Amino acid sequence: MSPTSPARVVIVDDHGLFRSGVRTELGDLVEVVGEAATVEEAVECIARLAPEVVLLDVHMPDGGGLEVIRRVTAESTAVSFLALSVSDAAEDVIAVIRAGARGYVTKTISGPDLAAAIERVRAGDAVFSPRLAGFVLDAFADQPGPAEPDPELDQLTAREREVLRHIARGYMYKEVALRLDISAKTVEAHVSAVLRKLQLSNRHELSRWAMQHRLVDPE
Amino acid sequence: MIAGVCSGIAERLGIDPIIVRLAFLGATMLSGAGLLAYALAAVFLPSAQGDRLWTRFSGGRGSLEIAVGAGLLALSGVLLLRATGWWFSDAIVWPAVAAAVGGALIWHQFTAAPGDGTAATAPLDQEAQAEGAKPSFLRGRALSKIGLGIALVLGAALMFLWANGALSAAGDAVLAATVVVVALGLIFAPLWWRLGRNLATERGERIRSQERAELGAHLHDSVLQTLALVQQRAGNPREVAALARRQERELRAWLQDRPSARTGDSLAAALGAVAADVEDAHGGAVEVVTVGDCALDPAADAVLGAAREAILNAAKFAGAAGPIDVFAEVTPASIEVFVRDRGPGFDPNVIPVDRHGVRESIIGRMERHGGSASLRAGAGGGTEVELSVGRTAG
Repeated sequence: MSPTSPARVVIVDDHGLFRSGVRTELGDLVEVVGEAATVEEAVECIARLAPEVVLLDVHMPDGGGLEVIRRVTAESTAVSFLALSVSDAAEDVIAVIRAGARGYVTKTISGPDLAAAIERVRAGDAVFSPRLAGFVLDAFADQPGPAEPDPELDQLTAREREVLRHIARGYMYKEVALRLDISAKTVEAHVSAVLRKLQLSNRHELSRWAMQHRLVDPE
Repeated sequence: MIAGVCSGIAERLGIDPIIVRLAFLGATMLSGAGLLAYALAAVFLPSAQGDRLWTRFSGGRGSLEIAVGAGLLALSGVLLLRATGWWFSDAIVWPAVAAAVGGALIWHQFTAAPGDGTAATAPLDQEAQAEGAKPSFLRGRALSKIGLGIALVLGAALMFLWANGALSAAGDAVLAATVVVVALGLIFAPLWWRLGRNLATERGERIRSQERAELGAHLHDSVLQTLALVQQRAGNPREVAALARRQERELRAWLQDRPSARTGDSLAAALGAVAADVEDAHGGAVEVVTVGDCALDPAADAVLGAAREAILNAAKFAGAAGPIDVFAEVTPASIEVFVRDRGPGFDPNVIPVDRHGVRESIIGRMERHGGSASLRAGAGGGTEVELSVGRTAG
């Protein structure tokens, strides 16, 4: 797939009205190859159509987006997930990112912004909304944690923190790059590093969120 | 320790297993009745998993043969002991046996009454439990078994008293009272336990139905009202958007259990309220992200006032150009707030002197509190106001 052709996308959401709304908003910016309304449909549809990016609703019956991510990634890892939700509760956001989604945007996002986020996820980068950046800053706050077995994973570097703070202030990646006088690629590298830490860190705040959502079994 | 009877009973009664074990040990040393009671309890009392040792060992078919065999073995053992003189007084052993059997019968009836045995181990299934609980231990067959149990326990107590009275002419009143209390406890403890559990179940039901009613009332007052308004004002998209936005905000606050009225004690809550007011007054969207929080001390109050002014300005001059991003970060050392819009922007060096808002309300206010405020063109367009103030310890 050449980088100039539109991304192949599957939309997973249990509300038909919302799916068609997203489809209209996206227009020709991406190629919507399929839609699914349930976890079962989504798993089948993704296996059959092999899209590049899955737009995933977090809240659905039968386990929601988390369940889709878990079942699809058990089969293959070639597809990237971008979570799309009305929820801005910290545990929802953190849970879906820890399950493997490469980004999280809220449903009020505009069509062009959503298409840009899809492109970014397709390229293997991370998509952080201001709110997600705020949550991460909160979770990785400089408090002396009771147990930080792995400082490499459990702490953010000063630069990563700076990048996140700008995203939380509403800056787009290229605006962050301008402000900090670094390249857009470097901004993406920082954000991807944060995403990796978010998914792998055992920091107790993150573990607690994960546990609440049964991402890991308590003992 | 052997079949887990002591710890099982202790768990059910909510006391330390050591106490129960000591009681059994004492009973064994005194008369040997402890051993018997232990064996009976191990067989008849339900284990934590809900099955009885009885059924675990027997596995259904042939259980009668096994029971009869075990009974005969036990009887022959007892007779052998008696013949060789290793035997306690009949006056102690037989009442103890009768009491143990009676007690086991009563416990069995109350704790594993028909239609309740499974529900007891599955607290989620409370509706089924509430239905099956009340009548089950008053049904005819169960009642007759309970009666037999009570008779056995009482008879054992009387037998014991009579035998003891014959032994000691002076009749021990304290001993008599103790025995009666123990007998009554054996009879009524399961009943009390059951009543307590029924009460808890009913209470849970009541709380749940109250919550449901509260949820219904809330949805009616908020979401349904707004939907009605939206239908009325369908011709005015701006107003509909504002209505939807306000309703969304209220619903989120309610879902996250954030009391929207209590803004006095938290900077984050106060900023959220300010953003909500501006949204309502000017229509545009204001996104607030906060990291950390603090009480509204004078410094935080100053930042809040300046932030309000900055958000208002942004909404007035740039609200139509896109969402206004507000980011507040509270660290132990400082409070920083950024207010960013996507409007046309303006040169901070040419702020007109009469623009009281920016000069006084934002910059002046921050400087008076030892902080600073700066305006700059946001990278990629728009304006960003940066507010910063140090925090005094405590």
